[in-house]
Amino acid sequence: MDAIIDNADLYWEGFTTTLSLAVVSGALALVLGTVLGAFRVSPIPPLRLAGAWYVETVRNTPLTVVFFFTVFVMPQVGIQVPFYSSAVVALTVYTAAFVCEAVRSGVNSVGVGQAEAARSIGLTFGQSLRHIILPQAFRTVIPPLINIFIALTKNTSVAGGFFVAELFNVGRRLSNSLSDQVPWVLLGVALFYLLITIPAGVLAGWAERKAAFAR
Amino acid sequence: MSSVLYDEPGPRTRRLIQVGTVAGALVLAGVAAFVLVQFSSRGLFDADRWDIFVERTDVWEFLGRGLLATLQAAATGAVLAGVLAVVLAVLRMSRNGFVRRTTAVVIELFRGLPVVLLMLAGALLLPVSLFWAVVIGLTIYNAAVMGEILRAGILSLPKGQTEAAYAIGLTHFQTLRMILLPQAVRQMLPSLVSQLVVLLKDTSLGYIVGYLELLRSVQNLRDFFGNRYLFSVFFVAAAIYITVNFLVSRLAVLTERVLSRSRSGGGGDVAPVNLDEGTRDGGVDTRGGSAPTATSQSRSPGTRERQ
Repeated sequence: MDAIIDNADLYWEGFTTTLSLAVVSGALALVLGTVLGAFRVSPIPPLRLAGAWYVETVRNTPLTVVFFFTVFVMPQVGIQVPFYSSAVVALTVYTAAFVCEAVRSGVNSVGVGQAEAARSIGLTFGQSLRHIILPQAFRTVIPPLINIFIALTKNTSVAGGFFVAELFNVGRRLSNSLSDQVPWVLLGVALFYLLITIPAGVLAGWAERKAAFAR
Repeated sequence: MSSVLYDEPGPRTRRLIQVGTVAGALVLAGVAAFVLVQFSSRGLFDADRWDIFVERTDVWEFLGRGLLATLQAAATGAVLAGVLAVVLAVLRMSRNGFVRRTTAVVIELFRGLPVVLLMLAGALLLPVSLFWAVVIGLTIYNAAVMGEILRAGILSLPKGQTEAAYAIGLTHFQTLRMILLPQAVRQMLPSLVSQLVVLLKDTSLGYIVGYLELLRSVQNLRDFFGNRYLFSVFFVAAAIYITVNFLVSRLAVLTERVLSRSRSGGGGDVAPVNLDEGTRDGGVDTRGGSAPTATSQSRSPGTRERQ
């Protein structure tokens, strides 16, 4: 127990780094993923193809491999950035593929009849998007997006293996120096992760029930 | 191709789409060309960065051993996780409230932790080799996830299945074992196979705890041959990863298709959106190795049959 209390500042630093990694890459992935999702549902074939190619490639690449690329390979092309930025890039690129799929299936889950009815009463494209399609799509997209954020939070731990001082990294360093208190050290790390993932999971379940009733 | 967003395009829109197609293709080709020029101007495609793949056959051998280590850990983890998942699902559906709630807590805890942390815990706390540390991490996490997938499958079965089983005198456990679980496994096979892709990808986390798998072999090759070969070795390893995972992803799509075909004689779909085109969004939803959404997909309402 002392291991956690004595190193509270280290834990706190790791926790805030983890949280900032998750929030920053989450926000960026949301933007990139939405753009890619728009690509995938657009009527223009090359954009659809590019979106599909991105999703298929990234989803079949382990996150560790993406990290390896941004941390070790990118400097070879002359892109030298701090480890934190490399981690943000890797997490964003990886998470965007999942956001893209959530957005796409959200749009596709709206019944074609809804859009046809909107058009038939004379709504323009913008109007039917704003009043009919997007509000319904949002409902179905939010629960998977929360789940993606949970996965992202857990994925930030990979950054710890690539020189970013977040929770996992703190845990590993502390268990090296306090080898007689390893169970406590790791328990502390686990608790901090659960502090984010459990409430988010509860939120996702709640949002899902809301969305289910709306149907 | 009618879509939610747009109708069958008319002549004017078709022209617009054509313009967009050309413009989009040009922009994408430009981006690709820029990247390739950048890479080649730094000599990444020069022959002296790739010659080890021709001159040194032991490079392939080394990468092959790495791939084998990856697949071994993944296969062992998958089998153990599958077995443990069934146990967790059964306990989670127990009629004893204490057992049920304890299992729920355990599942939630392990689902909420990073796999690499579980691997590290295995490596530091248990007297096992790194291989087993990786396998233990993979097993615990994926058993929790797959257990929840199985439970979602059981919950999605028609109530009549349980009632009929009780009516012919089967016990709760017998009902689970003989009636519900086999159907749930079948129902959820696509999600379970998708989870295998996640498991296979997560094997590369072994790199972080020091297990000598494919990615770790890349690093070792770099240490041996120097930074000059980093790009080419990494490129080959990434291609191997993507190919293997892509094949397993295809397997998930294939099982989905086979299952939906054999099931197509079944009852009406409750989803309001897809009366005629039953699998319109159900079909694409579970495709591929979508890690974080796997459980939410399986719980998503309306895409499964309910009589």
